[in-house]
Amino acid sequence: MDLLRFITAGSVDDGKSTLIGRLLYDTKNILADQMEAIERASKTRNAGEIDLALLTDGLRSEREQGITIDVAYKYFQTPNRKFISIDAPGHIQYTRNMVTGASNADLAIILVDARHGVVEQTRRHSLIASMLGIPHVIVAINKMDLVGNSEDAFLEIAKSYTELAEKLSIKDLTIIPVSALNGDNIVERSQSMSWYTGETLLSVLEKVNVLKDQNLEDGRFAVQYVIRPQTDDLHDYRGYAGRVQSGSFKKGELIKVLPSERESKIAKIEFGGNEIEEASVLESVTILLEDDIDISRGDTIVSVNNSPIVSQDIEALVCWMDDKKTLKPGNKYILQHGTARSRCSVRDIEYQIDINSYEKLDEVESLKLNDVARIVLRTAQPIAYDPYQQNRANGAAILIDETSNVTVGACMIE
Amino acid sequence: MSISVKEASEINREISERRAPDYLDQLEAEAIYIMREVAGQFERPALLFSGGKDSITLVRLAQKAFAPGKIPFPLVHIDTGHNFIEAIEYRDALAEKTNAKLIVRYVEDTIKAKGLKEQTGKNASRNWLQTFTLLDTIEEFEFDACIGGARRDEEKARAKERIFSFRDEFGQWDPKRQRPELWNLFNGRIQKGENVRVFPISNWTELDVWAYLKREKIDLPSIYFAHQRELILRDGKLLNNTPVIEKDPEDQIVTRQVRFRTVGDMTCTAAVESSAATLDEVIAEITISRISERGETRIDDQQTEAAMEDRKKGGYF
Repeated sequence: MDLLRFITAGSVDDGKSTLIGRLLYDTKNILADQMEAIERASKTRNAGEIDLALLTDGLRSEREQGITIDVAYKYFQTPNRKFISIDAPGHIQYTRNMVTGASNADLAIILVDARHGVVEQTRRHSLIASMLGIPHVIVAINKMDLVGNSEDAFLEIAKSYTELAEKLSIKDLTIIPVSALNGDNIVERSQSMSWYTGETLLSVLEKVNVLKDQNLEDGRFAVQYVIRPQTDDLHDYRGYAGRVQSGSFKKGELIKVLPSERESKIAKIEFGGNEIEEASVLESVTILLEDDIDISRGDTIVSVNNSPIVSQDIEALVCWMDDKKTLKPGNKYILQHGTARSRCSVRDIEYQIDINSYEKLDEVESLKLNDVARIVLRTAQPIAYDPYQQNRANGAAILIDETSNVTVGACMIE
Repeated sequence: MSISVKEASEINREISERRAPDYLDQLEAEAIYIMREVAGQFERPALLFSGGKDSITLVRLAQKAFAPGKIPFPLVHIDTGHNFIEAIEYRDALAEKTNAKLIVRYVEDTIKAKGLKEQTGKNASRNWLQTFTLLDTIEEFEFDACIGGARRDEEKARAKERIFSFRDEFGQWDPKRQRPELWNLFNGRIQKGENVRVFPISNWTELDVWAYLKREKIDLPSIYFAHQRELILRDGKLLNNTPVIEKDPEDQIVTRQVRFRTVGDMTCTAAVESSAATLDEVIAEITISRISERGETRIDDQQTEAAMEDRKKGGYF
């Protein structure tokens, strides 16, 4: 059994929390005491019926305002798969939270209110999903009961969404008519929409193949830590601890260390102190080399005939996340890419992208919270990267403010 | 990077031949990655060890992350004086077995040194006072990162906390000013005096922890398995019969066959009636249980709807 991480995008008005509550409820993942707590809370707020949305509201300030401020995680499972549901708020002022949630998602569920069809928010959520390289998108057209469960209404929205998706790079798209409130086509097939012959939401979540989404070609391994026990029996032991970001590595394979370009051969791969033959994508292992070369945290080990780009000049899409300061050309930050950190300066804002209309805006002087733009950076040390859309793990970076230490930008290197 | 048709078909074959990764392997790899980020990014980290199953899991993950070297940070235990003796014995044996440095600091000492006022009455607990000792210990050793075994499935406030959770110089968590946490790029940069709480098993559920303990064949303190015990029956909950809990006229003293599903302080951890004597039997019971872990066994979370949120804002684990 494997793990699927998915993000749900939409606002409270679209019934997002109700949809997640419904998934948990119908898959019997709500426990008795949690259910009682919700019943109690539903009564105190005069909501009448049991409000499944209350399951996902975490912090007191959120419950008071009836909104989701932050990214929340829920865990549930079916006999076929384990799920991590990432719940991020949908309003434009929370774009940074959605970007944060989307960065680790294998799949996105984008909610559309059947009464309103594709709206500005749908366009924004779809752009973020596509920009963050989420391989699978499910568009759940919700509240079908409020449009008479009409097939025509569904087809019309599906058609306009498909047109929208053509402008983006969404690899795998599924559109499903649902009613989260009534549980139609979430876990159980709808009795009121017999015209729909496709899969239910849960069935798609259970079947999506996420192994295929991983980059299995390009061997990349960012060194996190050097293990040197320096005991009598392990006097010369020098192991490079890290996680295979993409591709795989085998014992005996020729490798190259970046940015130094030094070459060597893998003498041994270990996991938990035991030797293994091969390490694949996402595995946390320790690599030992035949030659005693100088390697430290921040260096990248790559397959010898398959190099990433090594450069001090980087172009990236950035989502700006600081609510206090703006990004301007000339500003300096710390760029964290893999395990490497380098100072960098902003050379240029090439253009900003209006995340609702997808229009490019030229001659932008600065970026404020939630703005998305293409920028040019110059780093102090060379960075060994792959373009984000080919390799999410080695194409992502964050910007850190040097004085406040806060994470202020999410970069997808192009 | 384009690949030829031949290569593509080989890759496809490789994919179909590879078994889907197991979720425990995925969670383990993520947790080991986080442990190594702590060792790589901080100068003086510590692992907060309670003797409970979640911190026992952390120790195993740390061993795997740094093998064949030893764990490059100390195990720190904040001892309330209200711990189960079985958990304390286990702690000492584990520290010896793993050759890890063990630091113990006592809430009792903090109470005396600072003249802190303890809660009184039948539901008195030192749970909140632990925070004072924890913050003092962080200051004493200048710890810049503290690894903890909290999981997001435990509680609503924890479901929103980052894996690298920034705390100011007073140890306080501010839910509205959390750093965005993107991809697996953890930002551990801090000023002197501040620290980061790190939760490597954030994405694990209770059942995942049990399944992992089983897979790794890890011995647990005996109180996790069914045994006969003398207990206080209070408000439907079964508490250990110990002098540290003040009795109430309405309390009944009973002897039952129980196990503990979580192991915290005796004052705020309730036992569950059970005949599960092995890990398999415990897992079977939890799988069909209709009550959550903290709901069944924790008295400290049930006082208000936001009990955990408030404690975390004050510097709690």
